[in-house]
Amino acid sequence: MSQYSETPDARRNETMKPEDAATSAPRPVLEVEELTQDFGGLRALNELDLTVNEGEIVALIGPNGAGKTTFFNCVTGIYTPTEGRVYLHDAQKRRHLLNGRKPHDITAMGMARTFQNIRLFGDMTVLENVMIGRHCRTRTGIWGALTRTPFARREEQETIDISYDLLESVHLAQFWNERAHNLPYGAQRRLEIARALATNPRMLLLDEPVAGMNPQETKELEELVRHLRDSRDLSILLIEHDMGMVMSLSDRIYVMEYGSRIASGTPEEVRANPRVIQAYLGESDDA
Amino acid sequence: MDFQYFIELFFGGLTRGSIYALIALGYTLVYGIIELINFAHGEIYMLGAFTALLVAGVLGIMGFPAGGILVVAALAAVVWSAAYGYTLEKVAYKPLRGAPRLSPLISAIGMSIFLQNYVLLAQTSDYVPFPRLLPEMEFLDEIGVMGPSDFLILVTSTLAMIALSLFIRFTRMGKAMRATAQNRKMALLLGINADRIISLTFIVGSALAALGGVLIASHMGQVNFGIGFLAGLKAFTAAVLGGIGSIPGAMVGGLVLGIAESLTTGYLSGNYEDSLAFGLLILILIFRPDGILGKAKVQKV
Amino acid sequence: MINYFGKALLASCWFMLLTLPVMGIRLNSVDQTVEWQLGRVALLGVAIFFLSMLWTWCFSRKARGQAIVSLPPAVSGSLKQLFSLPGRNAHTRAVSLGIVLVVMLAMPHVSSFYQTNIMISALLYVMLALGLNIAVGIAGQLVLGYVAFYAVGAYTYALLNQAFGIGFWACLPVGGFMAVLFGLALGFPVLRLRGDYLAIVTLGFGEIVRLTLLNWASLTGGSGGIKDIPAPGFFGMDMDINMSTMFVYYIVLAAVIITIVVISRLKNSRVGLALQALREDEIACEAMGINLARVKLSAFALSSCWAGFAGVIFAAKTSFINPASFTFMESAMILSMVVLGGMGSIVGVVIAAMILILAPEYLRAFSEYRMLIFGAIMVIMMIFRPQGLVTGERRRYRITKLHGNAAKERA
Repeated sequence: MSQYSETPDARRNETMKPEDAATSAPRPVLEVEELTQDFGGLRALNELDLTVNEGEIVALIGPNGAGKTTFFNCVTGIYTPTEGRVYLHDAQKRRHLLNGRKPHDITAMGMARTFQNIRLFGDMTVLENVMIGRHCRTRTGIWGALTRTPFARREEQETIDISYDLLESVHLAQFWNERAHNLPYGAQRRLEIARALATNPRMLLLDEPVAGMNPQETKELEELVRHLRDSRDLSILLIEHDMGMVMSLSDRIYVMEYGSRIASGTPEEVRANPRVIQAYLGESDDA
Repeated sequence: MDFQYFIELFFGGLTRGSIYALIALGYTLVYGIIELINFAHGEIYMLGAFTALLVAGVLGIMGFPAGGILVVAALAAVVWSAAYGYTLEKVAYKPLRGAPRLSPLISAIGMSIFLQNYVLLAQTSDYVPFPRLLPEMEFLDEIGVMGPSDFLILVTSTLAMIALSLFIRFTRMGKAMRATAQNRKMALLLGINADRIISLTFIVGSALAALGGVLIASHMGQVNFGIGFLAGLKAFTAAVLGGIGSIPGAMVGGLVLGIAESLTTGYLSGNYEDSLAFGLLILILIFRPDGILGKAKVQKV
Repeated sequence: MINYFGKALLASCWFMLLTLPVMGIRLNSVDQTVEWQLGRVALLGVAIFFLSMLWTWCFSRKARGQAIVSLPPAVSGSLKQLFSLPGRNAHTRAVSLGIVLVVMLAMPHVSSFYQTNIMISALLYVMLALGLNIAVGIAGQLVLGYVAFYAVGAYTYALLNQAFGIGFWACLPVGGFMAVLFGLALGFPVLRLRGDYLAIVTLGFGEIVRLTLLNWASLTGGSGGIKDIPAPGFFGMDMDINMSTMFVYYIVLAAVIITIVVISRLKNSRVGLALQALREDEIACEAMGINLARVKLSAFALSSCWAGFAGVIFAAKTSFINPASFTFMESAMILSMVVLGGMGSIVGVVIAAMILILAPEYLRAFSEYRMLIFGAIMVIMMIFRPQGLVTGERRRYRITKLHGNAAKERA
């Protein structure tokens, strides 16, 4: 802990040297170093390292209770990590330390997420849910709202139109005026993705995006995720239990067990890793 | 002389505090099981005091002896308050299981207003004198720090708290209550009837509050439809002070609050007595919402 | 069917036993007699018998997902049209709004002095309920000590006027500002608190404000309050009591209209959306980049600001204020208006406030039971219709792609 005891501001905006244009080495977007999270006496995450590079789709897998969602909560600022560092790189290749920042701040810096147990604003309409995602990219305040200045009106119309476009991109446009809780399950998961995209993220975290979906829906969502990555300046980290999807979609995979990383690499490497096989198949001994 | 004054204040606070503790137990038991601030709990206490007053009045006119009246009136208060508590839960809270968190709270506030006005309309808005029923206890005069009602309050509330602790600790129902408080889903899986446990919690809490109501009524000598609001809030403060959900916490919190109030009144001014309780409530909730004996919880996402 | 009756009969017996002491016994302490009032208890038993059947029936409907009250389609259709203010038909809407406005404007000229006064207090409550609706209804922050801000506004005017002779119009913004300061003073420390704790803290805050007003007698006059607060002036015109009451009426009416405009604009704005999101899920809100602290404080500030304005007007209207006007029961009354009207609904809250204030005034038999009914309303609404009487005030969005870049957009 002591090595990070400088004032928070001093360590926030470390600028990395611009890389040589010649090297085509992958540029990281999210860098996590030795992340540790304790709850009382329980160590939920243990010195976890993880990197997501620009344009990559990375999967985080592991048995239930391995600490995957805790990892997301640490990275997005809902929990404050006990130790370790989380960095996000912006489009200008500057590296920002996220530790100690508030969740809304982290979202504004370009990280967005969905939730395992869908957290939509159920009583609001589908369009409004996405519009709320635009909150951190718009500026109209109370005064603007009350006087309805030309700026406020224009910004509002833009928000509406952008949000509608996002709904189209996740194939939900026809439901735009429905209440979110009336949507079928799979559609709710896609709406969460659209809402997260509305914040203009560089880094998108998906927490079990196909949980509870049938094979057909899973296939479609896989296509959607791939399409989003290709059509936007976006990197994706996902937690998933559906191995078929993980293997075909991910560029790289991290495997966790009991809060620690036990393996990482390409899908082929991970599939062949004996520790992974043991962690997954070894479970049948206890069952 | 000064020390004597302090001792008097201290015992005064202890008396008051044990009443707060009795009511606070009701808040804590209910909160422990269904995570609801039973806003109408103070009204149950008031109903207990009123029931005792009415029963004592009837018996007094019929010419019963004072000591007997007190016992019968207290019993009636306990029985009826428990019934009110049971009914309150069935009518106002049970239909709201699984509703958003604020719904039962608003329902509880509504019930509190309803019960106050029910007594106001059925009886009176005036303060009603509570008959003097306590025997003189000469040995207390020699000690000189408390009157018979203080003595009665201390003894009764101590006994009640011991009884509750034994009940929670050793009986089947008590164990089921503890289990439900710790993990309702698990308790259900193990075949504990959650509805019955919740009803039981309300009955036990209400009975304790009624006991507090009778004791304070005979101590203060008067009763009014509005006494439940303030007493309820202060007892809630006590429950939060000790850590809401914790039974020993409610007892400790009640005593601490009572003594603090008594000392403030004695050394500063009676005007600040109520402000002190509310100020304390706000400060604890903001800075240490888990109280003295409560445990911190991790927010689930 | 037997079961149905049996249940009702059981409930009826249970409640008769339950209410036996409090309803059945009255002590006459002067001549030492007991008045048994068993008739009341029996009457209650009969009432409970039918109420219990109604209760069971309501639950069975609720369980089947039906509306508790289903009106004939014709009636419900016209009601729907009446309540859906930003309705499809701009013409109907304008006409009905116009009628309401004309009636409200003409009211003090055609009614008595007494009725105008009642209407003023009803409108003040409308203002308060709408203000509280920002925090409770829109943003989901249960504030139980709302009347404290009302008191701050009232005392600001009374004290400034008493000490420095400052007039109503100068005090109106000051009162609002002071209330905002108090709102922020309360808002900052409670930012992290969960819903039910927040409710209790605001309740404690309200009581502390009232107790301070009561005990700081050298400043506030204690329970005696402050007398002779002047009514609002109009360019130094001399007004008799009738005229000045009428003037106050128009001030309150204007204030209510402004409140409605402000709140409907706020609700439909970027900030309003964030407030509604806050009501639904704080964690998701943060994850969407909404600064919780800022949004919550905005809700507190706006909400308390309105109570401050209403307080100044109240002081000017009654010319006398004391702490007894600012008890928890007032807060609870305002809250029950919001609950009855519908959380977040403007039309609903206006109607609810009017009903709850005017009904007891005009139905004398009813007025005794007023608080009893307020309490019951809160319970019944939560159980059977938590969204309030009026819902569905949904905003209409115009999407350029679907609806074209229409210049004929309605304002």
